[in-house]
Amino acid sequence: MELVVTDLGCARGGRVVLQGIGFRLSAGQALVLRGPNGVGKTTLLRTLAGLQPASGGAISMPPEALAYAGHADGVKSTLSVAENLAFWGAVHGMHDIGPALAAMGLQGLRDRRAGQLSAGQRRRLGLARLLVTGRPIWALDEPTVALDKASVGLFAAMLHGHLAAGGAAVIASHTGLGLGPTPELDLIGFLPRRPPRGGAFDGAFDGAFT
Amino acid sequence: MTALFLRDLRLAVRAGGGFGLGLAFYLLVVVLVPLAIGPDAAVLARIAPGVLWVGALLACLLSLDRLFALDFEDGSLDLLVTAPLPLEGVVAAKALAHWVVTGLPLTLMAPVLGVMLQLGAGGAVWLVVSLALGTPALSVIGAFGAALTVGVRRGGLLLSLLVLPMYVPTLIFGAEVVRRGAAGLEFGGALVFLAAITLGALALLPYAAAAALRVNLR
Repeated sequence: MELVVTDLGCARGGRVVLQGIGFRLSAGQALVLRGPNGVGKTTLLRTLAGLQPASGGAISMPPEALAYAGHADGVKSTLSVAENLAFWGAVHGMHDIGPALAAMGLQGLRDRRAGQLSAGQRRRLGLARLLVTGRPIWALDEPTVALDKASVGLFAAMLHGHLAAGGAAVIASHTGLGLGPTPELDLIGFLPRRPPRGGAFDGAFDGAFT
Repeated sequence: MTALFLRDLRLAVRAGGGFGLGLAFYLLVVVLVPLAIGPDAAVLARIAPGVLWVGALLACLLSLDRLFALDFEDGSLDLLVTAPLPLEGVVAAKALAHWVVTGLPLTLMAPVLGVMLQLGAGGAVWLVVSLALGTPALSVIGAFGAALTVGVRRGGLLLSLLVLPMYVPTLIFGAEVVRRGAAGLEFGGALVFLAAITLGALALLPYAAAAALRVNLR
């Protein structure tokens, strides 16, 4: 199980926002993506998840190995916590939701309608979903937003368990994750190189006639 | 896929899910027509097949914009695309769930409303048959339209403009089956065409809808 990204380029709305990204993630490793708002963290994660095509480069990983968790949690308000998890479990062929409920401290809320959860509880439900996917690589977009200190601890424990079991994770975040020392990748170094003003056009003309 | 189908059924019957909305709308449309036209039995019997079919079309349209839009808004659609399900299967399961909560109840309720429009017993039988054959096409064509407009803000109106023209063949042959059935004429040809449109739509449109979803999620 290994995620290898080579010379990857990502585009959003037809505009290349990142290029030349390369990293290698083996079992048991986590990588935190850093960078200011709008640098392309979400775009990179969506590209890794296969939700949008890469504008260049290559992503190599086993098929159906990646579980994506974006800003929206994919939680249905009119279903209960247990029904939400059971649905995603059934989709991924995992029918035991007990460990996932326990990992994010949701046992007491299992019959509560998801629409009545607070933002933090809803996020915990969204994160618990990762466990019922059974997939080794997690791509997480700002996972700790709306979580209180105790819940961040639960999340860190769940992630440590996942890594110890041979999983891996790519996490976009600009807050503390409570993970201890983790390799980081600052995306500011992968902004597209813009051609110098005017120069590229002249050069193309010269090239065409020589 | 079964899980997705069952989830959509469950969401539809929970509070705010929209089950019954289409039925109530159908009932109202069909009740309004005799009020507007007047109680002339001969006229009502003549327009009954068309009114019952147009009403079914509009009732079906009412719940279409929720088909993918709700899943798109809460992020479920992203997760379904990355799930180990073929996206074509996702579309088919959702279209089937839509048919079970709108098309099927409309089909069952239509003969009761037919009485209000002086539709005879012969017509009522063929009304049920034609709706049972035709409404699956309405759901799957609608799913294609909903996939095209997912992500468009207030896409409901655009969806209606896209989908209603595609409903025309089903409407023509569906209403024709009822008209001929009620008049005791030969209707085999119209029935075969109606079934053919439904089968063609079921075979092709899940692929088209899945392609449209992939483009819209980028």
